[in-house]
Amino acid sequence: MRKIAIYGKGGIGKSTTTQNTVAGLAEMGKKVMVVGCDPKADSTRLLLHGLAQKTVLDTLRDEGEDIDLDDVMKPGFSGTSCVESGGPEPGVGCAGRGIITSINLLEQLGAYDAEKALDYVFYDVLGDVVCGGFAMPIRDGKAEEVYIVVSGEMMAMYAANNICKSIAKFGKVGTVRLGGLICNSRKVDNEANMIEEFARQLGTQMIHFVPRENMVQHAEINRKTVIDHAPDHAQANEYRSLAKKINDNSMFVIPQPLEMSALEELLVGFGIMN
Amino acid sequence: MAKNLIEELDLSKFAEEVSAAYPSKVAKKRTKSIVINDPDSIPQIQANVRTIPGIITQRGCTYAGCKGVVLGPTRDIVNITHGPIGCGYYSWLTRRNQTRADKPEMDNFIPYAFSTDMQDSNIVFGGEEKLKQAIREAHELFHPKGIAIFSTCPVGLIGDDVHRVARQMKEELPGVNIFGFSCEGYRGVSQSAGHHIANNGLYKNLIGNNDNYVRKNKYAINVLGEYNIGGDAFVIDELFKKIGVDIIATMSGNSTLEQFETAHNADFSLVMCHRSINYVAEMLETSFGIPWAKANFIGAEATAKTLRKVGQYFGDQELKDRIEVVIAEEMEAVKVAAEKAKTKTTGKTVMMFVGGSRAHHYQELFNELGMETLVAGYEFGHRDDYEGRRVMPSIKIDADSRNIEEITVVPDPTRFKPRKSEEELAYLKEAFDIEFNEYKGMMTDMKKGTLVIDDLSHFEMEKLIEMYKPDVFCAGIKEKYVVQKMGIPMKQLHNYDSGGPYAAFAGAINFYKDIEMIACSSIFKQMKAPWEREEFVTAEYVFN
Repeated sequence: MRKIAIYGKGGIGKSTTTQNTVAGLAEMGKKVMVVGCDPKADSTRLLLHGLAQKTVLDTLRDEGEDIDLDDVMKPGFSGTSCVESGGPEPGVGCAGRGIITSINLLEQLGAYDAEKALDYVFYDVLGDVVCGGFAMPIRDGKAEEVYIVVSGEMMAMYAANNICKSIAKFGKVGTVRLGGLICNSRKVDNEANMIEEFARQLGTQMIHFVPRENMVQHAEINRKTVIDHAPDHAQANEYRSLAKKINDNSMFVIPQPLEMSALEELLVGFGIMN
Repeated sequence: MAKNLIEELDLSKFAEEVSAAYPSKVAKKRTKSIVINDPDSIPQIQANVRTIPGIITQRGCTYAGCKGVVLGPTRDIVNITHGPIGCGYYSWLTRRNQTRADKPEMDNFIPYAFSTDMQDSNIVFGGEEKLKQAIREAHELFHPKGIAIFSTCPVGLIGDDVHRVARQMKEELPGVNIFGFSCEGYRGVSQSAGHHIANNGLYKNLIGNNDNYVRKNKYAINVLGEYNIGGDAFVIDELFKKIGVDIIATMSGNSTLEQFETAHNADFSLVMCHRSINYVAEMLETSFGIPWAKANFIGAEATAKTLRKVGQYFGDQELKDRIEVVIAEEMEAVKVAAEKAKTKTTGKTVMMFVGGSRAHHYQELFNELGMETLVAGYEFGHRDDYEGRRVMPSIKIDADSRNIEEITVVPDPTRFKPRKSEEELAYLKEAFDIEFNEYKGMMTDMKKGTLVIDDLSHFEMEKLIEMYKPDVFCAGIKEKYVVQKMGIPMKQLHNYDSGGPYAAFAGAINFYKDIEMIACSSIFKQMKAPWEREEFVTAEYVFN
């Protein structure tokens, strides 16, 4: 079983990319579980065709410790299993601690057991690694491969670099490795070249360049992944291609995060100045 | 002889000796807190700064200072610890602050530990609802007049707003005074931050709430910073009954909500523990015009001096006469006890590291026993507790102190009434040397060449004992057994072991006896660890 975490700046398209990629893997016949690690609980919407999911923490709160796996795990598109960890209402309690609790609970309930015969677990984690709780999937070997969704925008690259710091920290003592950057295009000038160079400097690869395409929006409005909604569209093939690349990936590294000045130079050299 | 002893020991070697074992950065910082005293030209000491990580400190946390020290000894307020169970449990009945309800039907919550017992899910979703539930439960079970909420570390981390909960619950439960403290353990460098936070809370929520105090006697005072460890406050109460002066509020040993609420009706405040309560003393002065003076009931002579100070303050001959009668009466037994003990204790040496005033106060008692204080220090004192309040303007406010809320205290528009005019205060100072709103600090009362150490580390403690072999060592429970294992008699001055009271005349007699017993016993010197007293069993391998 491969355990993969998807990180990236808030709003970059992590959940969309994750679900579309998962759809691609599922289509290939892989057995995949998606664990949404965002208090907003919107990481499985496209696979479930709507926000049908009761979160682990809500269930825990309403029903106490006595929970069955079926209470929190729902079947989604093409045999995928979907879980939302959930969290407290905004501004209350500790969402980070919530993620720790819910992943521990999933383990207790046997979500990862061998008989489930999972090929992949995907953790879709919110925004930046703001505190210890959000680093949970990459601590203690919960996730072993990380892909960072990024674009050519400064803040997205800055966030990606920060996430690399966290991977470098945990990677030294644990099993977590960076599998690559996924460029979710914002149509920034020279974007693919810049991200490729950024990846090279981090010591990793740009595993795929996902072009910007309106069809993604259309599919989202229909609460579906592109593969589900428009299987013949070119964008569906992009996600299939990304899924295949992840499936075949063998480049796993401890990244070397950039200094702030190097990051700025990169932007100056590739983007803004041209 | 005594002076020679201090010279002979050459305590100035100590700083050098411990520095040698420390990394240079640590040595640089620690030596600022280790100074040789000179009462004529008081040197500056570093105090109230962060403990160096890795050093075993005596200090406690901010929560301990707020809940444990200042509010804990109160008997009819339900003190709820909002946090995981450990904080509440380990601050439950551990300080030996005693309570005794005046009548059996009166509330006394000291035997109970109230906690919200936060669990994982309360951390994730926030603990405010559970706190409200706890307040409702406490109200239903006990119907207390007041409920106080104390924040522990996780409460601050997840952002539970205890003050909002207090306001909401006050609306829900009319007639119950409910208030919260942001006294998360990490908020300061020691428990001292908790004292300040507690003082602010007392002023904001309790003091001044009730103008109806009916006097039993003509004069009424407050005794601040007296926590009734081992029954000290009981003895003080007894004494003031004899001389015919009301104690409106003792803060906070055996105190009640009513005492806090009526404290502003007093004529004069006596301050025992300067560190933990000087803020309230100041607030009572600024807001209501009640002057305060430093007092000490530890030591028979000190007690007599304090009582006379009260007589002089009120300037009433009848009161003064009564005070003299009481002193004369009490001193008889004290003298007999002191003479008896002194034959054995004279010339013995002591070191003490407690509190923010105790290490000063107890030097009086040891003086009465003819014992020499070689080294003393506070756990959580500030520079003013060592060097005197005169240095306060020069104390640098650092980021840690800024963590504590500063409240603005202004004269009460209707109730501010200076109890004494400027001229009267000046006269009292001139005629009787009563210093108002002043504390001269520990160092003025310590001999030249003695050693003063702030926030003593465990290593330094062992080194002190090794180098200077005191006859008695005084500190708290964390130090107790280590010291005794080193063969030195140890007296806890936080909880008095199981002894006390040690305050006032009756307390002094108790103390003489207890110290004579431990300081002159040879049991600790006879004590040997098994490997010291038994021969080694040796053997050889029979095959290679």
